[in-house]
Amino acid sequence: MSKPSFVYVTYIRTTQEKLWAALTDKSTMKKYWFGAFAETDWKPGSPWALKFDDGRVADSGKILEADPPNRLVIRWQNEWKPEIKAEGWSCCTMTLEPHQGVIKLTVQHELEGEGTKFIEAVSGGWPKILSNLKSLLETGAVAYETKV
Amino acid sequence: MVDVAKLEPGTVYVTYIAATPEQVWQALTDPAFSKRYFFGFPVEVEQRAGGTFKLLYPDGRVHARGKVIEWSPPRRLSCTWLIEGMGEFDELPECIVTYDIEPSGDAVRVTMTESHSWDIPDAILAGGRSGWQAVMSNLKSLLETGKTLTLDNQGPPPGMAEAVKRAVAEKPWLKR
Repeated sequence: MSKPSFVYVTYIRTTQEKLWAALTDKSTMKKYWFGAFAETDWKPGSPWALKFDDGRVADSGKILEADPPNRLVIRWQNEWKPEIKAEGWSCCTMTLEPHQGVIKLTVQHELEGEGTKFIEAVSGGWPKILSNLKSLLETGAVAYETKV
Repeated sequence: MVDVAKLEPGTVYVTYIAATPEQVWQALTDPAFSKRYFFGFPVEVEQRAGGTFKLLYPDGRVHARGKVIEWSPPRRLSCTWLIEGMGEFDELPECIVTYDIEPSGDAVRVTMTESHSWDIPDAILAGGRSGWQAVMSNLKSLLETGKTLTLDNQGPPPGMAEAVKRAVAEKPWLKR
């Protein structure tokens, strides 16, 4: 049995360096991640948290791997909803690769234990966030705005 | 004709596009448009349920052929697909490809669902999946920027042809 997981691939007209910057820069993240940003120094072993300006914490964890501008692995736990947090730790791997003149971004999010709520939540969230990220890099504006 | 109620989603791809449902509908149904984001493939759809659906190679040969199950502009287009001109791939049972277009916030949520009537191995799904990722990324770029990405059809990924050969030999879709 494979672990519960969600995979999303998007192709973006940008450079690997610009995409890496967009994935790791606070003020850029806020634009496509509905106001959320990562607080971390992006070094392997360092703590990582996804926060809002008002101090609320959406997710927490630590950086497992950071190989700019190729690969980022985060151990990730939800802090937003108790029933999702109860499913425990997940692992999120972001891979950036040049592909036919554009950049292929793969986000794989895998739950370490069993459950359906975490994967359901990220299956709804990642397409919105990554659609916004693609729009922001290609057009300078996001596609979908909402307040969380 | 397959029993639509028995189908299970094999691949689902969701993207949010800064466009109107009408613009997305046109992009999905107009051959001049589809050629630009779908690997150069023109789409030919008769504008009614029961009509014919064809996806052609750039040289005019048929890549997939089927029937329109639902024609509900600008919200839902559902067609059956049978692959043609790819040897053993042609013997696979038809699948259903459905596009759902829904306004969502300031954008449009486009959901592509590829459904199958049998327990299709992941090695076969993988081929369509990588194609959809490129096609849907390209559709979004075209509608938002007026330009497409330079993505070519990669053809079947490693392992897919073998998985198709095995499935066609065993025909698991007949054992129900």
